[in-house]
Amino acid sequence: MDAGQDRSVGGHAVIALRRVVKTYEMGDLEVQALRGVSIVVERGDFVAIMGASGSGKSTLMNIIGCLDVPTRGQFFLDGIDVRTLDESALSRIRNRKIGFVFQAFNLIPRTTALANVELPLVYAGIKARERRERAAAALDAVGLADRSSHFPNEMSGGQQQRVALARAIVMNPALVLADEPTGNLDTVTSGEIMNMFSRLNAGGRTIVVITHEEEIAAFAKRIVRLRDGLMVADRRRVPVEALPPKLAEATVAIGAAG
Amino acid sequence: MTGLDTIRIAWRGATANKLRSALTVLGILIGVAAVIILLAVGTGSSQAVQNRIKALGTNTITVLSRGRFGRGPSTGGTQSQNAVLDTKSLQTIEDPTQAPDVASVSPVVSTTETATYGAASYSTSVIGTTPAYLPAEGYTIAAGSPITAIDVVNRRRVALIGQTVLSNLFTSGENPLGQTIRLGSASFEVVGVLAEKGTSGVTNQDSVVIAPYTAVQDELTGESASFSELLVQAKSTSALNDAAAEVETILANQNGTTVANLPFSVINQGTLISTAQSTSSTFTTLLGAVAAISLLVGGIGVMNIMLVTVTERTREIGIRKAVGAPRSAILAQFLGEAVLLSLIGGGAGVLVGVIGTHFKIEGVTPVIAGYSIPLAFGIAIAVGVFFGLYPANRAASLRPIDALRYE
Repeated sequence: MDAGQDRSVGGHAVIALRRVVKTYEMGDLEVQALRGVSIVVERGDFVAIMGASGSGKSTLMNIIGCLDVPTRGQFFLDGIDVRTLDESALSRIRNRKIGFVFQAFNLIPRTTALANVELPLVYAGIKARERRERAAAALDAVGLADRSSHFPNEMSGGQQQRVALARAIVMNPALVLADEPTGNLDTVTSGEIMNMFSRLNAGGRTIVVITHEEEIAAFAKRIVRLRDGLMVADRRRVPVEALPPKLAEATVAIGAAG
Repeated sequence: MTGLDTIRIAWRGATANKLRSALTVLGILIGVAAVIILLAVGTGSSQAVQNRIKALGTNTITVLSRGRFGRGPSTGGTQSQNAVLDTKSLQTIEDPTQAPDVASVSPVVSTTETATYGAASYSTSVIGTTPAYLPAEGYTIAAGSPITAIDVVNRRRVALIGQTVLSNLFTSGENPLGQTIRLGSASFEVVGVLAEKGTSGVTNQDSVVIAPYTAVQDELTGESASFSELLVQAKSTSALNDAAAEVETILANQNGTTVANLPFSVINQGTLISTAQSTSSTFTTLLGAVAAISLLVGGIGVMNIMLVTVTERTREIGIRKAVGAPRSAILAQFLGEAVLLSLIGGGAGVLVGVIGTHFKIEGVTPVIAGYSIPLAFGIAIAVGVFFGLYPANRAASLRPIDALRYE
């Protein structure tokens, strides 16, 4: 592959994976979690990555989230070759480029919703007043402006996940990465959270959701399926520029968030 | 990430489990308070010892004739075994051309007698001496008049009695002046009462009768021309060592021997003080070391709690790393928490230590050593940093995926 192609790949794509291999050593055993996955995700896309447990989707999510590095292959995040980065540069990338949403919400206990949302801004070195303003705006965007001084244990699962979502978008990242975001929620709340993702996507954010549920994947513009560390399907349902499918179906007026 | 943010996060961490943090702080508190109090006890007892030595007399050198207490191994030749402290020694030392740093010399003849007055009797030490003995030993007259040089020359049987003797022989309110008491079989007239002086070590300095040495020799000891002791007063504290050297030289010349083989013990109060000082500084150091160990134990407590905290909050560390906390921020958070605990413990320890030194401990009035407060506080902080570093480093080195997966 020539250098020109590399540059074009890194140029307009948020994620560019090429033949990514990840192997784990478990004692003497070598386990191949990813066996050469290539994906390009463009700006503004809404992708669902699907697969059963053991398919390698969690490993893929860790690599895309810069929490882990590939054994072989290339990975560009927003045009940056991640393999060349050291630990502190990786934490900077996670801070500026990626917003995480986890299955277990992962809010910091005994810390208010506002302080939880402020956290990425603290590590970005932003001043206290601007931090509060931006965190309050992000909470407002997920409809929790009135819950800013509540602690995680005082909120429902759906509310906690919305706080986590506010935390994920507060730094204006290139990518919102969600790992089974509705795994701990009931169907109604799951729908609410996914609608929120759809609205964020309609507002221009790139979203990657890892899930094993078809109903959740139905919210995405594109569905990628993994099996045994290989990509087995890549189906585009609506174009990148179009509205997310469920949002287009809805008759409600679209309030573009963010 | 500013310093203020770090402090705020560390504070939130430390207050998350209040009881546990309070117990950890208590460990540091006890250590710091112990350092301050024990060093204060050491300093206090050292000052007390020095005050007692000073109470023995001011600027004095005591010359003891060893013969009375058995011959020392360095006594050497036969002629020096017969060496005595006599009137000639006394006069030579009194000579200002030979001993320019000596202010006065008093001969001392001492014995123990039963003093009786009427039906009351009391065993006391009797000191036969000259008038110069009183200021040299720091005795003052509470009532009546001191013994005089004329009393000594005329061998008059007059006596000054100490407060303990007074209270044992006379009923309260009775005027002892002019009364006759018996010392053994001899009669002495009480002409004065000594002011209270207190104890020096084991000796009750108020259990004493002071009389002209001539009269004591006549009536009680029976010897003549030989003294058990000479009390030499130097002109000043700084002249003590010079005066001691002069006395030694004079006595050596008189007995035809060298200073090293002197058949007398010359006890310089200056050396006594410095010996006591070095003894008590060893004692203080020992106390401080014991206290420092308790501070160390407190530090281990900090480390223990921080390791538990890091394990408990592994998931939180994972979240922080996922949202972009660099290694240094995690390190600062947990190190800050450890230092915060030791800072609070140190501050409270200083407070408790200072309050604690207001109480008398084992008869010693503690005196706060100026250096002990910054020392104890500084060690507490250092302990926090030292014992916080390992747990904080462990937290900072956690891999975010492992930390996030931790249940």
